[in-house]
Formats: sequence, C-alpha cells, structure tokens
Amino acid sequence: MLSVHLILFLMFGIVAVAGAVNLLVQRHPINSALSLIAVMAALAGEYMLLGAEFVAAVQVIVYAGAIMVLFVFVIMLLNAGVEEQTKGSRVALMFGVPGMLVGSLLVAWVVLKHSGTEAVAVGALPGAPSTIGELLFHEFLLPFEITSILILIAIMGAVVLASKPTVPGGGPAKKVND
Amino acid sequence: MVPLSYYLVLSGILFACGVTGFLIKRNIITIFMSIELMLNGVNLSFVAFAAHWHVLAGQVFVFFVMVVAAAEAAVGLAIIISVYRTRETLNVDQVNLLKL
Repeated sequence: MLSVHLILFLMFGIVAVAGAVNLLVQRHPINSALSLIAVMAALAGEYMLLGAEFVAAVQVIVYAGAIMVLFVFVIMLLNAGVEEQTKGSRVALMFGVPGMLVGSLLVAWVVLKHSGTEAVAVGALPGAPSTIGELLFHEFLLPFEITSILILIAIMGAVVLASKPTVPGGGPAKKVND
Repeated sequence: MVPLSYYLVLSGILFACGVTGFLIKRNIITIFMSIELMLNGVNLSFVAFAAHWHVLAGQVFVFFVMVVAAAEAAVGLAIIISVYRTRETLNVDQVNLLKL
C-alpha cells in the first residue's frame, strides 16, 4: 500500500530525475540552468520529507537562489549560444553505455538488497535550526571559521580573475589566437 | 515510510546524471552545472544517512558542502569569464593549449 510519504517521495524524485535528464538533453545552457533549478527545488522537498528543514531552506536560498542566479548571469553576460555537437567516439557508445547500465543495475541491486528495510520516518530527526546552530558553534566551530576564510579567498580570487587583464607595461593584454 | 535505500538510489541516479553530463557536454558552463548536480546528489545521501542514524552532523556537512560549492561557483565562473575573454569560445574542445 502506498503511503502519503512514499507518494511524495516518488513525486519529488520523478521531478528531480526528469530535471537531471533534461539538463543532459537540452542544447542551450539557459535551458539546462532552468532544469537544474527544478532539480534543486525538488531536492528541497526531499529534505523536508526527511525532516531537515534547515537544509531545505538553505538549499532554496543558497543553491536555487544565489548560485543559480550567478550561473544565469554568466550565461547572459557571455551570450552563450547553442552548444556545438562533436562526433562522439564509437568505442564509448559500444562499451560505455552497456557498461554503465550493468554497473548501475548492480549497484541498485546491492543497495536495495543489503541496506535493510528500516524506513526513514517523516520528521525522523530533530533538525530544528536551533539544534544545528548549537552543533555548528560548538562541535564544528573551527571548520565553520575556516569556511569564512575560504569564502574571503574565493571573493578575492573571483575579483582578480574576472577583472580586465593587464600586462606589466600597462594597457590591455593581447588576445590568444591559434 | 520510505526505506533508506530509495533515497540512496535517487542520489545515485542524480550523481550518474552529473557524471554523464560532465563527460558528454561540450559547453563549459553546462559542464560546471553537471558538477553542481553531482554535489546535490551527494548532499541527498548525506541527509538520508543523517536521518537514518539520527546523527545531526550529517546536516552540518551538507552546510559545509554548500559553502564550498558557493566558493567554487564564484571562482569557476570567474575563470570561465576569463577564458571567454581570451579565447572567445565556450567550447571545451577549442580550449586545447595544453594539448600536444
């Protein structure tokens, strides 16, 4: 018998997998970006089902909000067009696709067979943001502070890399032609 | 009630889609989005394991993965802009200066 939880899991899961496949099929990067946003929204639903409200909120705000907006901005800034297709290798088609199918079926069989039947209940863990905050500022204080340095370095790196390139003698750098 | 294995299979499917996109896509921005898809698949298995074993540290790890993904996206997109400025292409096949 299908429970409400299982139906919701399947619903979000189908949306996530459809978005992921659509990301592969689409030729234009902006369509791929929009399907990736759909995947992230569906995953936020899965996190809610697992009782991880904090992660679900951060997923929507940081991933679907900030990071994907950055992607869409860059796609529009560079005026990225339809992707050029190159001829795929014959060997990859002959061995890669069957190999991947066999491998994924094997992994799915092992996981389904050996990971037991204990279910993950709705709201299974006390994932209240206050509990996570306590954990973050007691047990994981040092990694948390190190991530602030990482973010600072990333900001400086992004500014340096994306700014106009200059050569030591002044003036803009020459373009690389081949 | 959904078994843990269902979440793991979904996470594996998303990761496999990310790997496939990384290998077959030729646009550098789409390749970068495939990497984000892989990170999302791993995050799902983190949260599923955290719920299964009742250990909240899994959710904190997801938080750290998101921080690293944000930093990576900022630097990576800056590199893409820089590459586009010098090479005027987004096709990875044409960015082949290191190739023999």
